[in-house]
Amino acid sequence: MSAIAHGSGRLPQNVMHFARLLRRAGLAVGPGQVLDAIAALDHVDLGRRSDVHVALRSVMAVRRDQWEVFDAAFSLFWRNPDRDVAEAMMAALEGLRRAPQPARSKPGHRRAAEAFAEASRCRTGSAPEAEKTRIDALLAVSDQERLRRMDFEAMGEAEIRAARQAIARLRLPLDSVPSRRFRPDRQGPRADLRETLRKSLRGGGVLVEIARRERRRRTPPLVALCDISGSMGRFAPMLLHFLHTVASTRTRTHVFLFGTRLTNITRALRHRDPEAAFAMVAALVPDWSGGTRIGEAIGRFNKDWARRVLGQGAVVLLITDGLDRDAGAGLAEAMDRLHRSCRRLIWLNPLLRYEGFEPLASGIRAMLPHVDDFRPAHNIESLEGLVRVLSAPAQAGRTAA
Amino acid sequence: MDGQRLLPAGVDETIALLARGDYVADRALGTAVHLALAMRRPLFLEGEAGVGKTEIAKVLSRTLGRRLVRLQCYDGLDLASALYDWNYTRQLLEIRLAEAAGERDKERLARGIFDRRFLIERPLLQAISPEGGPAVLLIDELDRADEPFEAFLLELLADWQVTIPELGTVRAAEPPVVVITSNRTREIHDALRRRCLYHWVDFPDAARELAILARKAPQAGERLARQVVAFVQRLRQIDLFKTPGVAETIDWCAALAHLDATELDTDRVDHTLGVLLKYQDDIARIRGEQAAAFVAEARAA
Repeated sequence: MSAIAHGSGRLPQNVMHFARLLRRAGLAVGPGQVLDAIAALDHVDLGRRSDVHVALRSVMAVRRDQWEVFDAAFSLFWRNPDRDVAEAMMAALEGLRRAPQPARSKPGHRRAAEAFAEASRCRTGSAPEAEKTRIDALLAVSDQERLRRMDFEAMGEAEIRAARQAIARLRLPLDSVPSRRFRPDRQGPRADLRETLRKSLRGGGVLVEIARRERRRRTPPLVALCDISGSMGRFAPMLLHFLHTVASTRTRTHVFLFGTRLTNITRALRHRDPEAAFAMVAALVPDWSGGTRIGEAIGRFNKDWARRVLGQGAVVLLITDGLDRDAGAGLAEAMDRLHRSCRRLIWLNPLLRYEGFEPLASGIRAMLPHVDDFRPAHNIESLEGLVRVLSAPAQAGRTAA
Repeated sequence: MDGQRLLPAGVDETIALLARGDYVADRALGTAVHLALAMRRPLFLEGEAGVGKTEIAKVLSRTLGRRLVRLQCYDGLDLASALYDWNYTRQLLEIRLAEAAGERDKERLARGIFDRRFLIERPLLQAISPEGGPAVLLIDELDRADEPFEAFLLELLADWQVTIPELGTVRAAEPPVVVITSNRTREIHDALRRRCLYHWVDFPDAARELAILARKAPQAGERLARQVVAFVQRLRQIDLFKTPGVAETIDWCAALAHLDATELDTDRVDHTLGVLLKYQDDIARIRGEQAAAFVAEARAA
């Protein structure tokens, strides 16, 4: 604490250095907060390290999940806030922030490479290409049709690329529920007394016309839980594209991935560039293509997240094939709770593509009674179907498949 | 300003102040409260349900001798119920009376209608209006309100004034002490967090929980209180759907004292578990063997 106790002249400077360190560690500390932090130190006993700690923290780390990083940074920095030490520390903390993003080619690189490959292909085969152009134009419509039906699993690289573009074009028109706020509406069912009074005063106090109002409508939150275990194989990346599109066009969307454990990727998906977003997702998720413990994952969601993201009438989108490593242990209870804590539970199942699909696996049988809607999710057409369901007003009665 | 006391001068004084209101705060919380009072910043408290977030505002109002204004948030909370509304029925009546009296001047009529008499003050306006002296404003469970309300609050917290189009601007003579609480059913936006002093209220440790019980459930014997605390602290270590908060501990201890218990026994624990745990899954898991094991541990401690 010696450095703090030294004349107050160095204190603001040290706080500034400390703020820079926090920024490097990934905390968004604005200049206003730095000033607040300096002001806050006026009100505590600088000789008491723990008070200084709490004072700075209450201003600079404004979320509970930032506290671990803050505490680590604090104990390192204020032990010896020399500039050189701070610089060394910053380098160390740099690693702390970078940890979830291992060194890999920049997100744009692959697309750039793909684009370059395409260009060179065109150059080498330019002559036959020109001949084919006319026929291609004729085929274009039916080509798209074929793509819409084709399984994600059966597609080659080129088709996957085309499918990605098609998915990126999908827009989720917004399903809406009435809120408790109002807007003026001539045909609205309720009288707006305040507006009526104002109008009547304009006319000299005679009630001429009764102003009316109607409830505003807004979209409920959407929460997607997506299975990324081995059996989901090729579907998961495609669905991830779909989720990225949804998350970037719709507010109040939360996305979770699960295999053997549950990961919240909402913040990562917020990145507009899909590849940058997926790179962050890949670094966050430890269990790609492993086994699935659906019951446990949903149980974890119920405990840790349901109360934080399912408020205000959320719709839950559960994307899984229902093939569970634990043979459905604890699954029915977890699904029941999930079902009861959201407004609508929709299960997307890629296995539904096989005609004569029968819910034989124990996991599937455990889950089926607890969903409002059960849909296929194996090709673009089925995703389009889903978009229609999500944008349709929710039925009054619940229809389990 | 009768009864109104000065703000505490330091962290120790703040903790003593809270203790006078029967609130046992740890030093971190005391520091955050002291800073909020000294810097005149809103205090933003997050934490599990039942750890005493709301209680802080009540205790501050009592010990500082300020009136408590409480705004309970809910989805769709709008300005008419948070800030002010007009009393339309009385206004309409007033218009009729004016007409009957032969009033024809529009200006004077308007002035008569939009008068302070017909204004219904809601919590936020009450908190900043100068009548009644400075207030403690408790904005409870902000996470239940929607984003538009949060945005409005941001504006109010910055300026401490409200403009009513028909009447003019109301400004706080002295900004109220503001306590905002959230249970995290929704993430509060960073912009609001930055304007506040943030503190995460954690479950208390055994010593502090015992001190709380001594104040809040004095009818329970020392031995019972000690065992109750040991039991609850042990319970918090396992993965429950809803971990019991301090409020539940107090209720449970009071319930056991009411049943004339002087120490924990398996039967009474099984029968009163519903006071402590609020989900059937949790109760089913703890009742019986698990509870018996914890009781034995608590009695041995």
